[in-house]
Amino acid sequence: MNIHNLFQIAFRAIAVNKMRSFLTMLGIIIGVASVITMLAIGQGSKQSIQKQISEMGSNMIMIRPGQDKGPGGVGQDPSAMQSLKLKDYQYLVDNARFLAAISPSVSSSGQFINGNNNTPSTVYGINNDYLTIRQLTVEEGEKFSDDDIKTGAKVCIIGKTVKDNLFPDGSDPVGRVIRFNSIPLKVIGILKSKGYNSFGMDQDDVVLAPYTTIMKRVLSVTYLQGINASAITEDITDEAIEDISNLLRESHKIKKSEDGTYDDDFTIRSQKELSTMMNSTSDLMTTLLLVVACISLVVGGIGIMNIMYVSVTERTREIGLRMSVGARGIDILNQFLIEAVLMSVTGGVIGIIMGIVASYGVNIFAKWPIVIQPWSVLISFIVCSGVGVFFGWYPARKAASLNPIEAIRYE
Amino acid sequence: MDFENKKTVIELRDIKRQFIVGDEVVHALRGVSFKIHEGEFVTIMGTSGSGKSTLLNQIGCLDTPTSGDYLLDGISVSKMSKNQLASVRNHKIGFVFQNYNLLSKATSIENVELPLMYNSKVSKAERLERSIKALNRVGLGNRLYHKSNQMSGGQMQRVAIARALVNDPSVLLADEATGNLDTRTSFEILVLFQELHKEGMTIIFVTHNPEIASYSSRTIMLRDGLIRSDKQNNNILSAAETLKSLPVPKDI
Repeated sequence: MNIHNLFQIAFRAIAVNKMRSFLTMLGIIIGVASVITMLAIGQGSKQSIQKQISEMGSNMIMIRPGQDKGPGGVGQDPSAMQSLKLKDYQYLVDNARFLAAISPSVSSSGQFINGNNNTPSTVYGINNDYLTIRQLTVEEGEKFSDDDIKTGAKVCIIGKTVKDNLFPDGSDPVGRVIRFNSIPLKVIGILKSKGYNSFGMDQDDVVLAPYTTIMKRVLSVTYLQGINASAITEDITDEAIEDISNLLRESHKIKKSEDGTYDDDFTIRSQKELSTMMNSTSDLMTTLLLVVACISLVVGGIGIMNIMYVSVTERTREIGLRMSVGARGIDILNQFLIEAVLMSVTGGVIGIIMGIVASYGVNIFAKWPIVIQPWSVLISFIVCSGVGVFFGWYPARKAASLNPIEAIRYE
Repeated sequence: MDFENKKTVIELRDIKRQFIVGDEVVHALRGVSFKIHEGEFVTIMGTSGSGKSTLLNQIGCLDTPTSGDYLLDGISVSKMSKNQLASVRNHKIGFVFQNYNLLSKATSIENVELPLMYNSKVSKAERLERSIKALNRVGLGNRLYHKSNQMSGGQMQRVAIARALVNDPSVLLADEATGNLDTRTSFEILVLFQELHKEGMTIIFVTHNPEIASYSSRTIMLRDGLIRSDKQNNNILSAAETLKSLPVPKDI
């Protein structure tokens, strides 16, 4: 029995019964396609959440004055505390390890005016590092120069919402002067739009100015409302926080109290808790989708199994006939194995194509983010095709070991 | 007829075959012995349950005996393995079934080619040539690419006979080959068998129809797994003559 004849026999058997072959393949196609699509949607959602978190600055560390009071303490607005000074900022700039960027932060809310137009917004007094920390980009114009920072220049960078509100005619704001309270600020840059964050806050409704400008000219204060920093990577955020705490305690001469705790006059928060929470949500979703995918693999597999099993069983007479004209058991087995492999692989490949097309369809029409993972393609293909091949081969093995007369008389 | 100079194609020596059905032992063949020489046209007759189908399965190498010896072309096949038996069926036996057993939806030529597909010694070109020759022989030269489900019963049986002839077998076995056909078509098929017999083909025809026996050269009667009679027929009727005498069906 040569291979060529064997393939020809298998091809003919598939071609002769196109409907049966198509239905067999359909089970595999749907199994593969649905798993790929499910996982693409799941991965897409997960990555989109992760992207949103990292856009918010996932390795961001926020230092605020004052300490959260336990029950019974008098609540106080942290920004009214004056325990964080510029020298703390300078001390951290000089000594802190693990930090990629650090910026003082003071802010003031009020009305911004350009001619007839005005809008309420908040101005943040910061340095250029703030752009890195919050992952902001200056789209038009420039960042602050060192001189701007040093001298407290009356310049600002505005967000898109502020720009739209103050310059509704669409004219270029760069170089124009807007007023905040009575202070004129020259617009030197416009931030790239970030849209709303996942809590519904407009991230473009913002004005940035040098911290020196805000401290001296707007608020006339010597203390900071906060210091923002970002750790070099998200992983070392904890070490960075520990390091900052120690440095600030040293600088503020805070000693360990008798019960082993520190009576800190500052609070450090990171986005890590947020990011952990978000991650666990998306992990949950991935697990959910994986379960759905597993179930659809199992259901698809059972479907493939049934149709393969039935199709081989109903061909028992054909097997008997082939044996009566001289086919050996091994010839029958090889024929059915080749048929099963051909149909499973073809079905699997079509399923991969359909799965990818369906994923992009969901992406285009439902606007859901998708990510097609190579491993999901591989696993669905291997499982479905494997089931197809096994359940094509297994009943054929049984049939091939039958007595030819029993097989040919099989009803 | 004198067969002493003729080659012995089939020799059965005390063939017994038992089946175990539940707790019961069924003796299908209780010791059958005979020789069939080259060029004989033998009908094996018997009522249902007489063991004739079991006997045909033995001769066709589809089954092996419980005891006894079977020589096909002088070679003992009764102790052969399944794969060896498959090879014997492929090279030496041509089987024609009552219900044709064609691959449905496959063309005549694909059906006839089938035994040669399992013979790696036959090239593609030779396979095609021999299949066309066999189909021409049974009068279906003009229906090479007709599918089996587009043909009449008589045509399907001709395809089955062509398939049985294509491997140039030592013996042609027919199991109630006319059982599903009307009288006229039955005789047409019988004419074909007689022609093949005249060309020297050894034929064994299993039937329960006593009429067919008179068109063959020898009749073996079975009853309860034993040979009841084994007679030469010196007055072989011509199926072609009978066919002529049959009333021609009028087209309405």
